[in-house]
Amino acid sequence: MHDGVVFLTHRGWNSKVIESFCDWLSNTSISLTIQTVMWVIPAVQTIHILCVAIVMSCMAMMDLRLIGLAGTRRPVSAAVSRFVPWVWGALPVLLTTGVILIVGEPSRELLNPYFRFKMLFLAVVVVITFFVQRLNKRDATFWETRRILAALTGVASLLLWVGIVSAGRWIAYY
Amino acid sequence: MVIPEFCAWLENTAVGSSIRQSTWLFPTIETIHVLATVIVVGSVTMLDLRLLNIAYRDRSIREVHEDVLPWTWTSFAVAAIAGSLLFSSSATKYYHNVPFRIKMVLLLLVGINAAFFERGTYPRMANSDRESRIPRAAKIAGAVGIVFWIGVVACGRWIGFTK
Repeated sequence: MHDGVVFLTHRGWNSKVIESFCDWLSNTSISLTIQTVMWVIPAVQTIHILCVAIVMSCMAMMDLRLIGLAGTRRPVSAAVSRFVPWVWGALPVLLTTGVILIVGEPSRELLNPYFRFKMLFLAVVVVITFFVQRLNKRDATFWETRRILAALTGVASLLLWVGIVSAGRWIAYY
Repeated sequence: MVIPEFCAWLENTAVGSSIRQSTWLFPTIETIHVLATVIVVGSVTMLDLRLLNIAYRDRSIREVHEDVLPWTWTSFAVAAIAGSLLFSSSATKYYHNVPFRIKMVLLLLVGINAAFFERGTYPRMANSDRESRIPRAAKIAGAVGIVFWIGVVACGRWIGFTK
């Protein structure tokens, strides 16, 4: 298999190194605390999902506007400047809660191909969202005047977010 | 009792037993349930935050209501159908599950709150296009909605950690 694909699988990407890192992490006192206090993981997962709800809804509204399916009474630039800041606000909470979940159960996530796909999709969609916002700031008519590019960007972003949520749920089934 | 018998019948239907026996059906339906749920909660929260005068302040409540709620209702239908399918896979187990029962009660309360707002508060305030003063009843409906939905999500997640 190609190197770029191998790193997403369980066996690939220096799994020995990651395995020993997981072993070390799961024996730290903070990880042991998370493992023994029963309510930590469900509570942190709940906060994580509530932030996903904010991000997913904001991104769905923005992407559907880029595609031309929702909120068409208002310009694209208004949708971009309204919804993107919520994503930048929720992402730090998602990363913090995500890290707590990883510390609590390192091998469940770090050795999980679904988790790696989720992180790959996330990295791509963050770059896309950054450019959607930046181009909109530079020229408020940028997305308005490029209907096809806007629609393709909206579809790509929406699919990536659906992929992130789906991969996130499937982590539990690997 | 009728409900336990209904649960026993439901989980032995072709649908219920296929979902229970399959390795991929349950996670797939659950993924659809989660995707629909995050859209329901996120979109209704947009309206709730508008009612609390925290977000969307440059637009009328009527406009936010018209833009957001169709997506909420469509997603809710999907979430409810997917949720019913998940329930059918082990109906008896869920019926006896405490977080599941709390979740159903909270959903009922969410529904009462929404009906109260849609039938009572909203029709009386929607006539003025620019609501400079949001009635207290609307603010309460928004706050109650946010709190109950957080409870629904928490109970939903909690179900996964119980037997």
